Parts: sequence; C-alpha cells; structure tokens
Amino acid sequence: MNCIELNNINKSFGTIKALADINLNIKKSEFFGLIGPDGAGKTTLIRIITTLLIPDNGKVFINGISAFKNFKQMRKIIGYMPGKFSLYQDLSVEENLQFFATVFGTTIHENYHLIEDIYVRLEPFKNRRAGALSGGMKQKLALCCALIHKPEFLILDEPTTGVDAVSRQEFWEMLNRLKKEGITIVVSTPYMNEANQCDRVALIQKGKILQTDTPENIVASYSKKLYSLKSDKLYESYKLLEKFDKLSAVHLFGQELHLSTNNNQDTTKIVREFLDKHKIEVKISEIKPIIEDCFMDLMLNDE
Amino acid sequence: MRVIYYILQKEFKQIFRNRIMLPIIFVIPFVQTIVFVYAATLELKNADISIMDYDKSSLSKRLISDFEASPFFEVSKIVPNNNAVSDLLLKDKAKAVILIPQGFEKDVLSLDGAAIQININAIDGQSAGLINVYIQQIVNSLAIKYLSSDINVQINTIPANAEIRSRFWYNPGLNFKYYILPGILVILVTMMGTFLTALNLVREKEMGTIEQINVTPIKKWQFITGKLLPFWIIGIIVMGFGLLIGRLLYNMPFEGSISLFFLATAIYLILAIGLGLLVSDYANTQQQVMFLLFFFFLVFVLMSGIFTSEESMPDWAQAVNRINPIYYFMKIIRAILLKGAELKNILTEMISMTVYSILVMVFAVWKYRKTH
Repeated sequence: MNCIELNNINKSFGTIKALADINLNIKKSEFFGLIGPDGAGKTTLIRIITTLLIPDNGKVFINGISAFKNFKQMRKIIGYMPGKFSLYQDLSVEENLQFFATVFGTTIHENYHLIEDIYVRLEPFKNRRAGALSGGMKQKLALCCALIHKPEFLILDEPTTGVDAVSRQEFWEMLNRLKKEGITIVVSTPYMNEANQCDRVALIQKGKILQTDTPENIVASYSKKLYSLKSDKLYESYKLLEKFDKLSAVHLFGQELHLSTNNNQDTTKIVREFLDKHKIEVKISEIKPIIEDCFMDLMLNDE
Repeated sequence: MRVIYYILQKEFKQIFRNRIMLPIIFVIPFVQTIVFVYAATLELKNADISIMDYDKSSLSKRLISDFEASPFFEVSKIVPNNNAVSDLLLKDKAKAVILIPQGFEKDVLSLDGAAIQININAIDGQSAGLINVYIQQIVNSLAIKYLSSDINVQINTIPANAEIRSRFWYNPGLNFKYYILPGILVILVTMMGTFLTALNLVREKEMGTIEQINVTPIKKWQFITGKLLPFWIIGIIVMGFGLLIGRLLYNMPFEGSISLFFLATAIYLILAIGLGLLVSDYANTQQQVMFLLFFFFLVFVLMSGIFTSEESMPDWAQAVNRINPIYYFMKIIRAILLKGAELKNILTEMISMTVYSILVMVFAVWKYRKTH
C-alpha cells in the first residue's frame, strides 16, 4: 500500500526549475531515501511532502488524503526534522521537548517509549540550553522533538550532514529502530554510501528522479564493466583518460579512478598500453559498482 | 487556549533569558528621561560671549558687569580688535561678540541714542534668537535704570512701552521638562511595542524555528497572539514605569485621569505592535528590521511634535502627518498629562487612533501567512 503518493510534482523558483515531473510512491513502514548532490531539489521535495511548500502543480496524497487540502490533519501525523537546527536555542533540552509535546497536545510521558533510547543519552544535559549542545546532541534533540507526538511519518532533511562518522552510524541505527516501531521514514542525504541504509531510494539530480529502486537492484542494474585504477600520477592519468575514446566514462574516486566501458574488449590491456605511451605505470582491476557509480552513470545518460 | 498559554510561557522565558532585551526594557526609561531632561534641553544657559570694550567708561563697565551677573552668559573680556570678531565666532570661542564703541557713554548721555554692535553665531537659529533677546533685555534695562535714577533724566523722555502681562497655561513656569517628558513616554512605548515585536518575530525566521512551528498544529491566530501579547503587556508595564520615574524624579504633572491614560496606551500599543508585525512580514533578518524601523521611526518622531510644534509645519507636511501613528498618541498623552483633558476633549484623536490601530493590525495579520 502506498501511503505517500506524489503525482507529477513541478516547482519553479522564478526561472529556476527546482522539481520537474516528480512521481514517487512510498510504502507503509518503508525506510525511503532521497539521494542526490547539493542543489538537486531534495529539500524542496521534502518541504512539499511536509506541506510547507505548495507545488506549482501536481498532487500529494498521504494515506490516500489530499495533503494540501487537509494540511491540518497532516500536521498531526507527520514528524519533520529540518536540515537546519530549528529548535529554540535559548530554551533548555527539556523545555524544548516539553514545548513541542504540549503544542501537539501530548506529554513527554505519553510517548516516552518512542524516544527513550535517544533521550537517555540527552538526559544528563536536560537543563542545558539547546544552543550550547554539540552537533550530535542537537540532532538527537531535534529527532526527539520530531517524534514526541508519535507521528506515522518521520521526514528528515539531511540529518547526517555535518555530523561525525560515529554519530552518523549511531543515527542510522536509531532510525532503524524507529522503523521497527512501524514508522514510515523518508530521509534525504547527499552521501551516496548512505543509500544502503534504506529499503528503497530515489536518485535525484537537477530536479528529476533518475531511478527509484532498492539499493541492491540499482547496483544490479548497472550494465557496464567497471574498473578501478591506481597510480602515482593519478591526476595526469585522469586528464589523459578523459580524452581516451575507448572508455565510456572516467571518474575520480578519492585515491583512485573508476573507468567504465560498454565494450567486451580487454580494457585492462588497452588502458595500460595507452598510458604506457605516456610513461605512466598503473594498477587496474575489475570491481563491482557501488551506488555512486550507478548515480554517475545515470547522470551521464540523462545528459 | 492551552496552546496560547504555552506559547506565552515560552515567550516570557525567552524574553527573560535574553541578555539584551531585558536590560533594554528597564534601562531605557531611565536613560531617556535623564538624557532628554538634563542634557538635551532647549533652555539657554551659560552661553559664552565675548565683549570688546572700546569705550572703557563707567557705563560700559557697568554693562559688562550686568552681563556677568546674568545666568545666561559666561563673559570673557577681549582686548578690542575688529579683526578678532570673525575669529572668535569661527573657532566657536564665543556664541556672540559684543562691541561697545568709543563714545558709548557720551552718546547715551546726549540722549541722541547710542549704538552697540552684537554679532551672533546663528548656526543654531533657536539659541541665536534667545541670545539676542537676552542681550537686548540686559542693555535696555541698564539704559532705563541709568537714565532714570542715576542721572535723573525725566522718565517721560523715554518712550513708554505698552506693558504686556502673559500668563502661560498648562505649564506656567515654561518648564521644558514638562513639555518633553510626555514625549519621552510616547517614544518609549513605541520602541517597546514596535521594535521588540518585530525583532522577536523575525528571530523565529532567522533562527529557522518558524519552520518547526509550521509543522505543528499551532494555528495562525494562536501563534500571533502568543507572540504579540507579551509585548503588549510589557509596553503597558513600561509605560507605568516611565510614568513613575516622571512623577518621582521630575514631579511631572498628571492632570488627567489615569484610566484614560492607560486606555490610550493600550490602544496605541495595538497600533505599535501591529506595525512591528507588519515590518516582520517583510524583513527576513533582525538587521533588516532595524534598518527599516529606524528609517520610519526617525521620520515619525521628528514629525510627531515632540520637539517642535506640529501646527508650524507646512500644510502638506501636516496632511502627511495624518499617517504618523506617533502624532496621535503624542497629542493625546500631552493633553491628558498637562491639560487634564477628558475623553470628550480628545475624542477625535482617540477615534482616529483606534481606527488606525484596527486597520494596521488587521492588515498585518492578514499579511502574515503561516503557510507560504
């Protein structure tokens, strides 16, 4: 059953097209990821799902109800955590939580089981002003406040941006526990490797959805052969291979290059011979693609 | 109602935790009354004047000592030198330079009329006028005294002036404090209402907290009420506080009814707060609020009649001034405090201000949209 349904969503800001013909179906109790680089339109899409932004055209249905006509109803079933920390910095941890509980007509006690795991870690700081918390703690508090009214849907905009690797892992674990409570989770992130945390993801680029599927299926649908290349002269090789017409794409991946090709030829040999002419020694091996390779590939096809 | 109560609770917590806002609320009334009443006064005292005595007669010396005895002037005697006049004025060593020409005493005695030259720095026209009047008074009274008693000239040879006896109503002592204090109270309430409201509302935008509020079931009217009510309450408290300072420190008159005074304040605060809300609809940062409000505030205050009479403005300015919220309140407050006006005396202003308040508030609330 689709409990969030987006039909032909379009949104422009002035002459900039932020979203173009977005169609999306998110199932109940699904952990859904919106993945794309900065400026892809993730935040715009999330603000439309939370009914904070009205699209130029297209419809949003939540639990089969038109979201914009019934936005007051939506407020009670959606928990939203904005990308920017948006709680009152001059109120304490407890006061923030108390405030959001009361405006939702509930109490901390009533839904404590939902936030217990997260809140126990915040409890030693409960009298501290929210503005004085560390980044990871702020994020936990924001999550608690978004959950305090026991929402059916939890929508998070880039929750892991600017958070250290350990806290990030911890955060995904927290979300996974919430998923087990039956909460449908929609999360956006610019980090491709975080796609694997989700049940299904939508890859977004320039306001368009490139593909929507499980992370496994996206990787499996990668049709080309992929090689990893390592060299002392990485950047030089990159510049040379970019103009080498026997490859379909070359991408810099940290300390290595990823080369992709459609041909069934012996790519290892061809590339090595090509770079030999420029007196560059390389190590090449065939590898399995990750989400980021798929994203790059889809992006190229789209252009 | 419960929701409003929680928003109010949150607002007051935040206001009392704000390190700048709270001192502002309670320090401003003191500073403003002290600065305006004691420092920025329009009364003339201790103006520096220089006197060049070419005559060096007994009469010219008496004239100089009369100037020295005057509380208005601080006299310095300068060696006569015609070229020094402009120098003294240019370097601001003297507000006025008086030249007593040679033969002054002789001319007075001959009854043909004597002349002295007065040069006044008129950059500040108002005090130049006052200096001129005071100098002439001193010179004239000396001349009359001298001629009538000292040398027994028949008094009827001096042209008799029609005597004018003035009675100043509502402020018999022409006390500058009584004129300016009600004006300060008006400025105070305007600042509290408009500035604090707009800053507080825009802070929610600037900090991004409005985003989180917007996904809660809080209704638009609940949020606005919760945001505005604290400043309405604070405005009334500050008005009472300012009034108390005026009474205790300066013995400011309070002729009218206290309930009418606070009724007018309560209505005016709706207007001031409505303007704050309106500004916050357009501004996105606290900085923008300050620039925007400062511009309007300055114009409105200067045109409100706080320092200068509103009636002496040109017709077009008086017409424009009808949109000046401070103008109405200034008139009402002065009338209540100094004249002891009753509601029927200030009915026009009260009705105008009430209608204005309702219009501004309705427009500002309409403009404020919870969902964009």
